[in-house]
Amino acid sequence: MSQLNKLRFKLPARELKGFVNPYVAGTFLGFVLFGAFALTHGGLGASGAISRLQVATVDLFFPAHVDQVGYFAAVAGGAKSALDHSSVMLFLGTIAGGMFSAWLNGRLKFEIYKGPRITNRQRLVFAVLGGAIMGYGARFARGCTSGQALSGGAVLSAGSWAFMFSVFIGGYLFAYFVRKLWT
Amino acid sequence: MLPLDVTTEYGKLVGYLVFFLVGAGFGASLEIAGFGDSRRLAAQFYFKNMTVLKTMFTGIIVACLLIFLSSAMGFLDFAQIAVNQTYLWSGIAGGLIMGVGFVIGGYCPGTSIISAASFKGDGIAFFGGTLIGAGLFGESVSYFYDFWNSSFTDRLLLSDWLGWSVGATVLGVTVMALFMFYGAEKTEEYFRIKGTESKMTWSIANRKYLVSAAVLLAAASLTWGIGQPSPEKKWQTMGARYEKLLSSRDVFIHPLEYVKTWNDSSVKLETLDLRPKDEFSKFHLNGAKNVQLSDLVETSFVSSLAALPAQGVVVIVAANEAMATQAWQWLKVQGVVNLYILDGGLESWLQLFSDKGSPTSETHQGHDSFDLTRPGIKILDQFPKDYFKSKIKLKTSKRSGGLCS
Repeated sequence: MSQLNKLRFKLPARELKGFVNPYVAGTFLGFVLFGAFALTHGGLGASGAISRLQVATVDLFFPAHVDQVGYFAAVAGGAKSALDHSSVMLFLGTIAGGMFSAWLNGRLKFEIYKGPRITNRQRLVFAVLGGAIMGYGARFARGCTSGQALSGGAVLSAGSWAFMFSVFIGGYLFAYFVRKLWT
Repeated sequence: MLPLDVTTEYGKLVGYLVFFLVGAGFGASLEIAGFGDSRRLAAQFYFKNMTVLKTMFTGIIVACLLIFLSSAMGFLDFAQIAVNQTYLWSGIAGGLIMGVGFVIGGYCPGTSIISAASFKGDGIAFFGGTLIGAGLFGESVSYFYDFWNSSFTDRLLLSDWLGWSVGATVLGVTVMALFMFYGAEKTEEYFRIKGTESKMTWSIANRKYLVSAAVLLAAASLTWGIGQPSPEKKWQTMGARYEKLLSSRDVFIHPLEYVKTWNDSSVKLETLDLRPKDEFSKFHLNGAKNVQLSDLVETSFVSSLAALPAQGVVVIVAANEAMATQAWQWLKVQGVVNLYILDGGLESWLQLFSDKGSPTSETHQGHDSFDLTRPGIKILDQFPKDYFKSKIKLKTSKRSGGLCS
């Protein structure tokens, strides 16, 4: 009986596994990053695809507007498609890899992660707000944590290191004011 | 020889497939580290869980060592690796903004993709937010366009900034990371609420950590010890792929092609004159820079050439072909893209134009004589149409700073 229960429990969803040791995960990440440089001469990134996705969305509804704003036109002016770019392929791969790994480790299910003192709705509002600030900053800095800090850091780009430390500084300075969200 | 450029070498389809697979590895490595969980990421800023710092810096150090050790050993041509351009102040400003967004929203763009891919509601919401933010930036950038484009250096390495060798910088960064890891473990131990999380993982008695740290240090020391290859050494190990350009004389341009290029306003022409100073001061082409072979190994000088826009063309003028060839080899392996040699140097130049005008650098307005240091496009009319073979082919695909655009 107990054996049967165990079997039934295991079959439909995969067992929840713990996270990998951060240094081991980092080493894996480092090899992937090196692979990216060795095969494509460039590093990893996420915000480039996000920007292209955003421009493509605007282009779908207001194509004239995209052609007007120089910053948008650079990626999708006229007949150019914003999504026909290697960064978008990398983005799709990232989704696939993340999803597969989440499934493999039993983490592929709907839930909302939040601090203990706020409601789900509050969490979602702050997630959108934080995302918008992050998306704005990532364009401002010409790259996000992956494209600038990680990739630029590995090839010793001076600007990327300055950027990396300012992300941490910004986060630590502001953390006190939003501690209710997380602690 | 690395890096491969899969898209140009094997076509778009294979290229896109490789990008997809690299992305999958990236996504998986973030997921197994727990970066799909905003609580884990935000805890970084309350000193309770330093996973972000540990994983990120391990990734950076491992990739950095692999890159620069391969480069030192001659497997990888670092000049062909895209280095993020430095826009110092807009990078710092953007970084501070992102730090605030990070602690409010609990993710960064990359990690929100992972979170959304594993169906987390807050990750999906955050990802939606990044689209809004990116849009707002595009709408507002015109108001501070000058600031956004200020303090720019195309390829500024930490080592250039510090004035250290690349190897020493790699070692320095590795040592710094190891101190940070130790600090991160101590911090976690100090700030962690008792009983809610597992005990700290760093222990001086843990052999695995000590051995790993020793391996990293050894790799970094080796990188420093071997040193990054000089242009001469790089030519010996990597020159084969460029040798054909020299032997076929495809990079030796005819004086008339130089004239044509000089008069083409869409091309940014940079002429390097390698002759001795006194000869240079007697006569030189308009706009030419007098340089010595030793200048061609100075990173600051070479990076200014490598940083030329896609329409930039560099032409070498030298007293003899041996010297011109050597300069070409050294610059080529350092990543200068559209690089040519003036065939026959100034001797051919003067011979060709000797009966067309007087060798003076003064422009005589209204006369038929022309300026030998900068002939106008009209001089081409004095030669038959197929007098020379055009060789300059602009390679306009500019290596940008990776995938952030």
